Amino acid sequence: MKANQYPWWKNLLVIGIPLIAALYAAPNLYPSDPSVQVSSSRVAIGEAERKQVEQILKLKGLGHDQVEQEGEESLLIRFADPEDQLKAADALRDALSDRFSVALHLAPATPGWLESLNAHPMNLGLDLRGGVHFLLEVDLDASISKAYTRHATDVRTLLREEEIRYRGVRVHGEEVHILARDAETLEQIEEVVKDNYFGTFDVTAGETEGQPSVIMRLTQTAHSDIRRNAISQNLITLRKRVNELGVAEPVIQQQGRTRIAVQLPGVQDTARAKEILGATATLEFRLVDEQSDPYLAAETGKVPLADELYYERDGNPVLLKRRVMLTGEHIIDASSGFDERGLPAVHITLDSDGARQFAKVTGENVKRLMGVVFIEQRSDTVVTDGETHRITRESREVINVARIQEQLSKRFQITGLDTSREARNLALLLRAGALATPMYIVEERTVGPSLGQQNIELGALSVLIGFLLVMVFMTLYYRLFGLVADLALIANLVLIVAAMSMIPGATLTLPGIAGIVLTVGMAVDANVLIFERIREELDNGNSPQASIQAGYSKALSTIADANITTLIAAIVLFAFGTGPIKGFAVTLSIGIVASMFTAIMGTRAIINRVYGTRRSPTLAV
Amino acid sequence: MRLLPRKLALNFMGRARHAMVLSGSLLVLSIGSLLFQGLNLGVDFEGGTLIEVGYPAPVELDEIRGQLEAAGFDRAVVQHFGSAQDVLVRIKPDDRPQSELSNQVLETLRGGSQELQLRRVEYVGPQVGEELRDDGGLAMLYALGLILIYVALRFEYRFSFGAVIALVHDVILTIGFFSLTQIEFDLTVLAAILAVIGYSLNDTIVVFDRIRENFRALRRQSSIEVLNVSINQTLSRTLMTSLTTLLVLFALFFFGGEVIHAFSIALIVGVIIGTYSSIYVAGSSLLVLGVSGQDLDTTPTEDADDRP
Repeated sequence: MKANQYPWWKNLLVIGIPLIAALYAAPNLYPSDPSVQVSSSRVAIGEAERKQVEQILKLKGLGHDQVEQEGEESLLIRFADPEDQLKAADALRDALSDRFSVALHLAPATPGWLESLNAHPMNLGLDLRGGVHFLLEVDLDASISKAYTRHATDVRTLLREEEIRYRGVRVHGEEVHILARDAETLEQIEEVVKDNYFGTFDVTAGETEGQPSVIMRLTQTAHSDIRRNAISQNLITLRKRVNELGVAEPVIQQQGRTRIAVQLPGVQDTARAKEILGATATLEFRLVDEQSDPYLAAETGKVPLADELYYERDGNPVLLKRRVMLTGEHIIDASSGFDERGLPAVHITLDSDGARQFAKVTGENVKRLMGVVFIEQRSDTVVTDGETHRITRESREVINVARIQEQLSKRFQITGLDTSREARNLALLLRAGALATPMYIVEERTVGPSLGQQNIELGALSVLIGFLLVMVFMTLYYRLFGLVADLALIANLVLIVAAMSMIPGATLTLPGIAGIVLTVGMAVDANVLIFERIREELDNGNSPQASIQAGYSKALSTIADANITTLIAAIVLFAFGTGPIKGFAVTLSIGIVASMFTAIMGTRAIINRVYGTRRSPTLAV
Repeated sequence: MRLLPRKLALNFMGRARHAMVLSGSLLVLSIGSLLFQGLNLGVDFEGGTLIEVGYPAPVELDEIRGQLEAAGFDRAVVQHFGSAQDVLVRIKPDDRPQSELSNQVLETLRGGSQELQLRRVEYVGPQVGEELRDDGGLAMLYALGLILIYVALRFEYRFSFGAVIALVHDVILTIGFFSLTQIEFDLTVLAAILAVIGYSLNDTIVVFDRIRENFRALRRQSSIEVLNVSINQTLSRTLMTSLTTLLVLFALFFFGGEVIHAFSIALIVGVIIGTYSSIYVAGSSLLVLGVSGQDLDTTPTEDADDRP
């Protein structure tokens, strides 16, 4: 009778791997602290800022553990409860200048010795920690048509410079048509345009409405360049805006060809987030018509020819000159702060071109009133009669009327904003600049913090209960062998948690917890297969040692087949699923792989220990 | 402890005809319901807005409906979710700017008599919903296709068809269950159904493995006998595993919270159907497809040599 013995290295693996896994799973046992992160990408944060933060918190009477320095550019302040955290964040936002961003954060409370081993707790998905997920569609058609319009203007300038006469330049869908006067100029135009737009446009001679014309069409490469640039530019803008929203650990990434996914953990004010992510803001500076009565114009609807009627935020009508003094494109920086009187203001810096223009017009109009028009464009989706349409709405509002005190140039400020929050918002939108390409929200998923917490609790509870039920059942049914399977199950759970904590980018979601629960049920399957086989072998009159041997070896290929097919389903799920579903696929796959190790090798090692060397044991199976 | 007596010799194949009638009529019922009634697709697949809010005390739905109607949301579906304090509002896509609806609804509800807490918002644009629907269908087809290939490589093409017949059977019945009960079908349910595919296959493979082994070992017996013996031998394992899996699924159903309800229902139904199909449907379909010992490589393997 040959004994059932494992070589020493297998025993070592069976003991070692779960122990190491337990170490790396351990950080999850420490609850995370509600905390506030103060950071700046522009200035280093040192002792002075730290003192300032401490003072602000002391003034408000907010208790906190301590202010920790995190690298060169951020501070972390931990709080005992979330309410203090929120209050502190508000206080800090109001008191600190907007060079700093203040973000809510859940800081892991991993002890130092674990952190030195590079052990971290699992990433929690938005459905567990609360927050917003947006999916934004980048309107690439708009960026293409913008490119055509821009080039049409460009062509006009080019032909004027070359002194070639033409009838007109028009944009027809995805084509620019240059209408020629006659056959001779047609050739000239074609040549000049070909030379100047080589690689960007395919240029052909043709006819437009019966007249000779040169037709320009973007080349394939130019087309895809525009698309690529539109996406990457929007990614940059979004990163910037999100940074300034004050969110710890945001995720902004391209998804598919035309979409950008934005995840903002901990954000609750979704209206503000949407306002900032989805809107395109520009400014126009115009002179106020001080001669006419805006109230009369608003009442009668009779607006002087050179004017346009606008409204201020409080509903007062204003008549502005049609001529635009300056547009927002020339703004290179805008920051919120306070004016000389301590009232909220936005400081604006212009590019040199804009500065020149602005200096000229403001120099001519000192002491006159100037209005600032805030133009906001928003794209959205509507459904009418089952058809999906895209709409763009524009709202124009005079946000400020001020007297031009002197000639303005490169740097100046806008005052008259109600709150510092408003100043911050405006500065933020201006600074981020007009978006390269309009975007609109095609998906939103928000989970409130209370639901997130509840999801964690319920998830943990159901894992625990399912776990205990299966363990009790296995012990009753397979006695000692059942107990051994239970040990394997515990090891399996530890391995899953450790793997989820160690794999970078792996995130635990609610469906992920469901995946763990499901694996608990299925992980014992391998043991059920083995133990049933051992029983069968014993029933057939085989010796205990041979039965153990045969039970394990015969069940092996079945277990492998069964698990590989489940793994196939999990991988397909991962490839096709989004967000939370991926989380389910990940835990399911990890669970399956881990169970192969614990349920086969792990249980065998223990069974061998218990029965392996005995001559003819009575198996408690 | 044992669920079943030691030497079991139930005549499963003898009841194959009954099983076929049962499966057939369930399939007809499911497909019929899917055709005539369809699925109650959730926001994920149909697009639209879903808002869940929590109140500190139980609220009357009529009050909330009134509030919403006054604000122009007259087609909103309002229902309690889990408790009388939680309310779910659902709005189908319409001709209003879609991505802002949720904030407008929240604002409207915040104007009510009770303080409320935002629990969850889901907005899925119509085009995203359509894509998720397509991707979901594709995922299911790919999973089935890959499994078909794997089983064909490991066993034989008829086994592979047998397995896929059993799988399609399980998937249709599970989806049919959702159509009949009109429980909301969302992304998590789809994930559950893919997990059911994995699970049910797992079961079927175990039975097939034993059938293959027995075709080699019991060469003098008829196919029906071999199938019967194999199913009997694996029966206690099949039931055991289903039981442990169902135990955790019921834990998930009762303690996992409302959000995970439909998911756990899908898995519970799927596991029960999957267990039934691996006992009755998978084997019978092998018979129908005409599998016999000659089709398999019957040269004795090491496994067979081990037998006393």
